[in-house]
Amino acid sequence: MLDSEFMRLAFAAGAVVGLLAPAVGFFLVQRRMSLIGDGIGHVAFAGVAAGYLLGISPVLTALVAAVAGGLAIEWLRANRRTAGDQALAFVFYTGIAGGVVIVSAAGAFDVDLFSFLFGSILTVSPQDVALAAVLGAAALIAIALLYRALAAIVLDEEAAVVAGVPVRTLNLLLVVLSALTVAVSMRIVGILLIAALMVLPVMAASRVAWSMRSALALAMGVGLASVFGGLSIAYYADAPPGGTIVLLAAAAFLLASGVEAVRAR
Amino acid sequence: MSLAVELNDVSYAYAQGPPVLRDVDLGIAPGELVGIAGPNGGGKTTLVRLVLGLLRPTRGEVLLFGEPPQRSSRRARLGYLPQRAQLGTDAPVTVDEVVAAGRVGSGPLLGPLRSGDRDVVAEAIERVGLADVAHRPLATLSGGQQQRAFIAKALAGRPSLLVLDEPTTGVDAESQEALADLLDRLHRELKVTVLYVSHEFGAIERYVDRLVLVRGTVVFDGHPSALPDVWHDPSHVHA
Repeated sequence: MLDSEFMRLAFAAGAVVGLLAPAVGFFLVQRRMSLIGDGIGHVAFAGVAAGYLLGISPVLTALVAAVAGGLAIEWLRANRRTAGDQALAFVFYTGIAGGVVIVSAAGAFDVDLFSFLFGSILTVSPQDVALAAVLGAAALIAIALLYRALAAIVLDEEAAVVAGVPVRTLNLLLVVLSALTVAVSMRIVGILLIAALMVLPVMAASRVAWSMRSALALAMGVGLASVFGGLSIAYYADAPPGGTIVLLAAAAFLLASGVEAVRAR
Repeated sequence: MSLAVELNDVSYAYAQGPPVLRDVDLGIAPGELVGIAGPNGGGKTTLVRLVLGLLRPTRGEVLLFGEPPQRSSRRARLGYLPQRAQLGTDAPVTVDEVVAAGRVGSGPLLGPLRSGDRDVVAEAIERVGLADVAHRPLATLSGGQQQRAFIAKALAGRPSLLVLDEPTTGVDAESQEALADLLDRLHRELKVTVLYVSHEFGAIERYVDRLVLVRGTVVFDGHPSALPDVWHDPSHVHA
C-alpha cells in the first residue's frame, strides 16, 4: 500500500488531520459547540466553489471562506444577535446554498468536486501535504501553548472572564482553528464529514478517560487510528476515505460506550 | 487605603426590564467577611456580578480596590465561586485540574504551569482538605467535596477578594456546616475579603460580623444581631 506515492501523501496529510481535528474538536465539544465544524464545513463548500469559479486554488478559497464563516458564527453568537443554534443554521444554509449556486455558475459539478465533499485518497498533492503540515503544526502548537487558558474557559467561562483571561479573543481563535482544520482536512475526509472527526473521537475518549488531559490525548489517538484505519480500508475496498474514517471513529465511540457500561457494573 | 468594594448610587436594570437594583450605596473594607442575604430575585447575584465587572451599572459607580472592575489591576486576584458551580464539561476532570484552572489569571497565559504555581495549587487543595483525592475525577466525589474543590479553585489565584454565590446550594446539612467552618477558618488565616451570598440567613449569620440585606436595594446593613425580627420571617426571605 505504501509503495504508492499517493498513499504516502494521503497518510502524511492524514496524520496531521487525525491529530488536529480531535484536538480542536475537544474544546468545541466540551463547550457544547459540536456542530460548529459542520457550519464551517458548509461555508468552506462555498469557498471551494468560488475557487473553481475564479480559477484559483479551492483549498485557499475554502480556507478564507471557512475563517469568514467561523467568525460570523462567533460574532452572531457572542453579540446575541440570534440564538447560538440559529446563528449556526443561518451560516450553514447560506454556505451550502451559495456553494451550489456558484458551482453551477462555474460548471463544476464533477468528480473533483465530489472528492472535496467526501474526501479522496487520489487527490492529495505534495502541496496539500505541505500546507497541512504547516497549518496543522501551527494550530497544534497554538493549542499546546494555550491549553491552560482554553481548559479554564471550558471549566467555567465566567470565572475565566473574572480572572482577566481574554475569553472573547480565545473564542475567536478557537473558531479560526476550526476553520483551519476544515481547510486542512477536506482533501482527506471531505467537507461534509470533517466535523464528525472533530466530534466522534472526543465523545469516545470522554467515555473512558480519567482526566481532562487524558481525554484530549485519547481523542487524538482515536482520531489518528481512525484516519490510518480508514485510509487503509479505502485503499483496499476502493471506498471514499471520509466515510470509512468516520465509520471507524463511530465504532470507537460505541466500543468506548461499551467499556464504560461494563465498568459501571 | 481604598475600600475593597465600593458602590456609589448604583442602579441596574436588565434590557427593557424594571430596575433589579436601585440606589445602592455600599462600602466594604479589606479583610471584612460580609454576608449578602435576601430573598430570591432580590438582586444579590446582580450585585456581585456588578462588583466583579460582569455587568456594568445602568447608573452610578462601582469600584474594586479603587478601580473600575473591568480595568482593575487585581482581576487575577478575584476568587469567584458562581451560583450552582458546576463543570462546563462532560469530560472527566480531576480535582487538581479544576484547581489549576483557578491559577490561569496569574502569570503568563502561555505554556504550562510553573513550579511555583503548582505549589500554590497544591497548597489550595491542602487547605480545603482534598489532598488525598487530588488526582481523583471530580465526578467521583461527594457534593460537599466537589464544592470544596471549587473553593480551592477560587483560592488558587491567592485572592484579595473571594466572592461565593450561594455556595451551599445542593449540599447536605452536614456539608453546609463543614463549608461554613472552612470559610471561617480561611478568612481568619488568609485575611481575605469575603462576600458570602446566601438566601438563607441561618447559613451565614453565625459566621459574619456584617450582614447586608438586599431586596431591590440595601434594606439592612449591620451586625446580624441588630437585624429586626421581621426579616427572620421566612415569608420575607422568599417573597
